[in-house]
Amino acid sequence: MEIKAIGCEPLQLKMMHVENGHTLEVYKEHGGYKSLEKAMNMSADEIIDEVKDSALRGRGGAGFPTGMKWSFVPRDSPKPKYIVCNADESEPGTFKDRYLLERDPHALIEGMLIGAFALGVETCYIYYRGEYNYLIEIMDKAIEEAKAANLVGKNILGSDFTCNFYTHTGAGAYICGEETALLSSLEGFRGHPRMKPPFPAVEGVYACPTVVNNVETLTAVPQVIEMGGIAWRDLGTERSGGTKLWSVSGHVKKPGVYELPMGYKDMEKFILEDCGGMLRDDKKLKAVIPGGSSVYIMRADQIEGQDVSMCYEGLVEAGSMVGSGGFMVMDETVDVVESTKNLTEFYRHESCGWCTPCREGTDWLVKIFDRVSAGGGRPEDAQLLLDISDNIEGKSFCPLGDAAAWPIQSAVKRFPEDFKKHLLGNEN
Amino acid sequence: MGSVATDYTNQIEYSDEIAEFSPEVVEEMKSHLTKYPEGRQRSALIPLLFVIQRERGWIDNPGVNFLARFLDLEVSDVWETATFYTMFNMRPIGKHHIQICKTLSCNIMGEPEITDHICSKLGIEPGGTTEDGKFTVTMVECLGSCGTAPMLQVGFDFHENLDREKVDELLDSLD
Ligand SMILES: Cc1cc2nc3c(=O)[nH]c(=O)nc-3n(C[C@H](O)[C@H](O)[C@H](O)COP(=O)(O)O)c2cc1C
Ligand code: SF4
Ligand code: FES
Repeated sequence: MEIKAIGCEPLQLKMMHVENGHTLEVYKEHGGYKSLEKAMNMSADEIIDEVKDSALRGRGGAGFPTGMKWSFVPRDSPKPKYIVCNADESEPGTFKDRYLLERDPHALIEGMLIGAFALGVETCYIYYRGEYNYLIEIMDKAIEEAKAANLVGKNILGSDFTCNFYTHTGAGAYICGEETALLSSLEGFRGHPRMKPPFPAVEGVYACPTVVNNVETLTAVPQVIEMGGIAWRDLGTERSGGTKLWSVSGHVKKPGVYELPMGYKDMEKFILEDCGGMLRDDKKLKAVIPGGSSVYIMRADQIEGQDVSMCYEGLVEAGSMVGSGGFMVMDETVDVVESTKNLTEFYRHESCGWCTPCREGTDWLVKIFDRVSAGGGRPEDAQLLLDISDNIEGKSFCPLGDAAAWPIQSAVKRFPEDFKKHLLGNEN
Repeated sequence: MGSVATDYTNQIEYSDEIAEFSPEVVEEMKSHLTKYPEGRQRSALIPLLFVIQRERGWIDNPGVNFLARFLDLEVSDVWETATFYTMFNMRPIGKHHIQICKTLSCNIMGEPEITDHICSKLGIEPGGTTEDGKFTVTMVECLGSCGTAPMLQVGFDFHENLDREKVDELLDSLD
């Protein structure tokens, strides 16, 4: 598996191939914690403004501007405030955070410390998906190292800034990646999402102001402070600042984690050259899911010769979304009915069961897919799948419902021939 | 998987027995409590359920009773949380828990063949446990290892870029 930057200097991936890059000593040798020192000589507003200028948008999937999210945290709240790092990484096709957590834990600590300093946060939690349990030891050691070096804990670097770090795990539930469900889970409850508003920035964990950010979002913060917001933004496009990690899987020769400048051109070249081309030379590209399982599936002809720009606005224009950057490539051997069935089973399994459209809808969808897949599909089943999806989208309590609907809506509309193949001849 | 968890809990024989743990384990449990603010000890529930599972092999009734007392919760509070999360086993399982990722990237990169191979070798269906109690095979959703598909997890260990030979070696190495 490849881990490398293309079209830019490795920033997020800077420490990936450095021996012992996960240790404090080596991290510092590479300039680590300089950004924290710099930030601690800035005011809260200056830090937040740099992050706003950077056009850094949340890397967890929703793409919400990070500086704006930080500015929603009330300054004068008498309650304690929290930063919770979302290391739940469970979106199918996504595996970038795992490498950051494994090989660059101090970048995450530094990013969270900068946020904590700006927002007056004294407690940080890192919420890992339970299956990443084996990575926790690495972070716990990094926290201990940082503590011993007076970078974490009381009176950081001799100032009156105090901040403690704790790791925490979930136990197998995709929904706990949704930020409010994550907070329920962190409090020891079932991972049910909560009503918004109030947003976590105002009322999050323990009903206190809480910033929830993805791992990759937070590890970008030290770079933003080091380079300055505008300079970092200019690595990418005006509305999609900086660089972004893409987790590439499926039918390419070189799957892996790639760092690209936002606005990288173009997606076809990325697949056919940077990722080594199609896994089997005699098989053509059929489809790409560019941003994790929840986004619209793209047809090859939406990519080939289209100069698709890999950034938030570029992917929307091309008919999909950046999402979490989980880039799944499928060749012509894939039957889109089967691939969509696979993802629908995922959503049925991961539906938390709280609201009816999602809980019942995903179950019906799987039942219809089972029927179609087994050869008993009815001609109207493609339309039925669409109708049910439309009744889940926008009518569910949290975005997991939408995430279940979008793959189906796009698959039925963009790959009608695959559905026809299954449904033809079943008129009687 | 909500529905399956319910099936298992229906089979649980409830008892008032409270599990006992060594002083070291109790200390370990107490150390989790220090991460959370006063009065928020319920936050430690998931980490502590992992300790129960490690010590007792699964989430059993005496273990749950212990946790309820330890955290000053109702027994039903503990069940409520435990039954939501797929990583908690609501029944005894084999010594080695083989969890095969069945989600899209693994699926198109050869998971079905790996699954067939493992299951026919062990003589069980997914979800089953071998008669000697050594292996349980479970199909699970994406484990964040899609670039090195197909993959599976045994306990907490990842095994990636699998083919039949690697699976054979792996199964032989587990005693
Ligand atoms: C069903 C669902 C699953 C999600 N899973 C994750 C996840 O695994 N990791 C993550 O960082 N964000 C995930 N998110 C997005 C979070 O709700 C939230 O937007 C994000 O953590 C905010 O951080 P960011 O602004 O830095 O991206 C998920 C959202 C939904 C609706
Ligand atoms: S949409 Fe699905 S996951 Fe979200 S609250 Fe409803 S049932 Fe739960
Ligand atoms: S699809 Fe199997 S690890 Fe992601």
